[in-house]
Amino acid sequence: MPPHRGPLWALLVVLVLVLPWAGAIEEEQGGASQGFQIVTFKWHHVQDPYIIALWILVASLAKIVFHLSHKVTSIVPESVLLIMLGLVLGGIVWAADHIASFTLTPTVFFYYLLPPIVLDAGYFMPNRLFFGNLGTILLYAVIGTVWNAATTGLSLYGVFRSGLMGDLQSGLLDFLLFGSLIAAVDPVAVLAVFEEVHVNEVLFIIVFGESLLNDAVTVVLCSVFESFVTLGGDKVTGVDCVKGIVSFFVVSLGGTLVGVVFAFLLSLVTRFTKHVRIIEPGFVFIISYLSYLTSEMLSLSAILAITFCGICCQKYVKANISEQSATTVRYTMKMLASAAETIIFMFLGISAVDPLIWTWNTAFVLLTLLFISVYRAIGVILQTWILNRYRMVQLETIDQVVMSYGGLRGAVAYALVVLLDKKKVKEKNLFVSTTLIVVFFTVIFQGLTIKPLVQWLKVKRSEQREPKLNEKLHGRAFDHILSAIEDISGQIGHNYLRDKWSNFDRKVLSKILMRRSAQKSRDRILNVFHELNLKDAISYVAEGERRGSLAFIRSPSTDNMVNVDFSTPRPSTVEASVSYLLRENVSAVCLDMQSLEQRRRSIRDTEDMVTHHTLQQYLYKPRQEYKHLYSRHKLTPNETEKQDKEIFHRTMRKRLESFKSAKLGMNQNKKAAKLYKRERAQKRRNSSIPNGKLPMESPVHNFAIKEKDLEFSDPEEAPDYEVEESTGGIEFLVKVTKDTASDSPAGIENPVFSPDEDLDPSILDRVPPWLSPGETVVPSQRARVQIPQSPSNFRHLAPFHLSSKSVDSFLMADSSKERTHILPESTHM
Amino acid sequence: MVNKRPCYCYLFPFGLGHSGVHNPLEAGQSPADLQQIGALAVNPLGDRIVDSFFPDGNHRVDFPGFVRVLAHFRPVDEEDPGMRDPKQPEPLNSRTNKLRFAFQLYDLDRDGKISRQEMLQVLRLMVGVQVTEEQLESIADRTVQEADEDGDGAVSFLEFTKSLEKMNIEQKMSIRVLK
Repeated sequence: MPPHRGPLWALLVVLVLVLPWAGAIEEEQGGASQGFQIVTFKWHHVQDPYIIALWILVASLAKIVFHLSHKVTSIVPESVLLIMLGLVLGGIVWAADHIASFTLTPTVFFYYLLPPIVLDAGYFMPNRLFFGNLGTILLYAVIGTVWNAATTGLSLYGVFRSGLMGDLQSGLLDFLLFGSLIAAVDPVAVLAVFEEVHVNEVLFIIVFGESLLNDAVTVVLCSVFESFVTLGGDKVTGVDCVKGIVSFFVVSLGGTLVGVVFAFLLSLVTRFTKHVRIIEPGFVFIISYLSYLTSEMLSLSAILAITFCGICCQKYVKANISEQSATTVRYTMKMLASAAETIIFMFLGISAVDPLIWTWNTAFVLLTLLFISVYRAIGVILQTWILNRYRMVQLETIDQVVMSYGGLRGAVAYALVVLLDKKKVKEKNLFVSTTLIVVFFTVIFQGLTIKPLVQWLKVKRSEQREPKLNEKLHGRAFDHILSAIEDISGQIGHNYLRDKWSNFDRKVLSKILMRRSAQKSRDRILNVFHELNLKDAISYVAEGERRGSLAFIRSPSTDNMVNVDFSTPRPSTVEASVSYLLRENVSAVCLDMQSLEQRRRSIRDTEDMVTHHTLQQYLYKPRQEYKHLYSRHKLTPNETEKQDKEIFHRTMRKRLESFKSAKLGMNQNKKAAKLYKRERAQKRRNSSIPNGKLPMESPVHNFAIKEKDLEFSDPEEAPDYEVEESTGGIEFLVKVTKDTASDSPAGIENPVFSPDEDLDPSILDRVPPWLSPGETVVPSQRARVQIPQSPSNFRHLAPFHLSSKSVDSFLMADSSKERTHILPESTHM
Repeated sequence: MVNKRPCYCYLFPFGLGHSGVHNPLEAGQSPADLQQIGALAVNPLGDRIVDSFFPDGNHRVDFPGFVRVLAHFRPVDEEDPGMRDPKQPEPLNSRTNKLRFAFQLYDLDRDGKISRQEMLQVLRLMVGVQVTEEQLESIADRTVQEADEDGDGAVSFLEFTKSLEKMNIEQKMSIRVLK
């Protein structure tokens, strides 16, 4: 390996060897007083925190080391590597001391390691997607888990009765207890593995949501069966069973309620932190953690509590806290979650090396593995069949395969089983070791094989025959058409509920929970503006560095065009954007295997190949394909804003041209910006616009401006518009979002349901009411728009101003340098 | 045809034609209403689809017209086609009619054929800005060539249908909720 990695390896090895002895170090026995000692070795004083810190350090170093080899990490998921490392470390400790000094204790796990992960999941949860699929998720979480638990437990019991398992001191209830704790899909493991396999968003949210929400079921089932076991099998009455069912509702709804209450509290607190910005991030973590602990105290579902705390507080907290605090929160959360996950997997490995718990029962172990796989598959198939009758987006076979195969068990099951009381459950050791084996099997084996499996299935599905050019083109067109019709028609029931919620949220909640300034000005637009400018600036500099000078900015010539050589499958990357596209296409486990397949197979006609390649690479992707929402390790969401920007600008330009041709000779006069600025300060969110839209027939304004939220996580927030002031004149600032598909509640922004402006993305119609129809406003400069010929040019258009009342002019966001390179466009003005 | 009317009532709100103009003669939706839907602006074919709601140059679409377009996207009924009365016109959501809807999106001048020029225009819409004009033209040429059987340089509806015979149109162009 390269020489500069040597020190890293050496450090890791040293640490690995030191750790086992750290626990066994004894202090010097300073029996007789030896006078004043200048330096003493006070190991015991620092032992505990030192060891903890060392473990964290080892885990983090291990992560670095793993990622040094890209080849390995692309095949083997990180969790697997960590478990292996844990096994090795455990082996070393065992060999050194013959005691298992470090194990994953349930206390540490449940109180310190699990909350960050779940909070991270909740805080970054794509709300719209989550609540849109809530029914499905609930079905899988509740019914699915109960089904898994019942069938596994009963089957194991049946096999036990048949004598195959030999002599075990367990009864029906023990098996049911075991079944309930082994049945639950684990959020940590699921996340870890799905990071590697990029599946479509719906599938991801279903499995992930299921893994989060089944905690309530697991908690209830475990405690119910445990108390039954304590009572003894004979004394269980019907009342107890009923109580069990009731407790499920209490636990789950109670946990959710606790989470929501704390979310409310958190949002309220952050509203007033304007003067103590520096401790804002602390509030987020403390209050969320408190929700977890409170719920645990009340024996409700703690995971549900912290999940919903994260889900509900997202929006308000993000609106209230400062930009830097938001970044801090994001990064800290990711860091904590990542560290916790690393430690969990490593300790799972270490805890396995504890011969005290090793009990092997062939039939039990093998059958458990068999049963959980088979019953999960059956359960998934049954539930999907039922669900597909009611769902708009169907769950296909490959989705079902991924769902059943991706139902991983993880540390939660292990922690639960360790919590069992040995006296009451006699076969605890057997259960523990079986659980460990199950966890290892699912995480390692299924984690390793899920990627190839998905690839194979996708290839198989699309490998029927080589699609013709027509089919590809038209197929893609159909996808776009369908997306559009979906948007137009919307989802009926969901839209209604969503609108009602948005209304309530805006009128009541936001007023209480959101800072006044946040409500009023909705900084996001400004943020986007700044951010886009910043990005442009950075990209200029980068481009300039690459080319040696910044002169390219001024020349709009065709030199800027991408010159891509299509005769080879991998075109030389001239511009960053092209390589970006290619990287995007190739690096992820792109589930569109057609492109890869075709590259492999040599097509006779090179021209054919060229056209296919071109189409494949450059056809715009339809909505479903490109979103990858939640990522443990990355903070930036998807990279398709380029595509959206392009299409968006094209559409806008077309509409503008059509309007231009319709209305000729509009008068333009300059409008005092100051008047506007004053008026703007008074503008309220719920302005006094009489109805959702102003008359379209008014001759001074026409085309709709699309506006989208930048953050994909809160699409419920009514897309707002901001009339922004710039160099003279009034422009409406158009925001382009990163994730458009999540913007409007897919459908008609419905003024009927919400007569106020927010749900209706059309801004242009909303001429600010303080402008009487007589006044026309226009930017002072008449800038021409340049047809984007290359992405670098295109980016210039990013902060895109459209004047409210002018007919034909666009104004570039930044001032002088933009104007010099603008090509004249024919205009009738 | 318009047999799911009650649920479509939710779908037809956007202003319900009350865009400030209470002109009974002009009830219905205008193109601009549809254009306000944010997601359509980033859909490459968004504008064309909006226009498809307004056939024959009308500037308004009323409720039945709106529903008529949406009805194309109903899932195909699974009943045995042989049971259907052959004299009745084919339902709007049949495979042929779905294809016809798509065909009309391409064929802007309504001459019943997709010329090379029209194919080029659609391609231009659907492809990123990095592709040069020559490449686009060659793709358009090949696409038309592939589908064109009688050699007239344009793709008629029959040829269009034939080139897509293996594609699962019924699923690709259906929205479940419209069942």
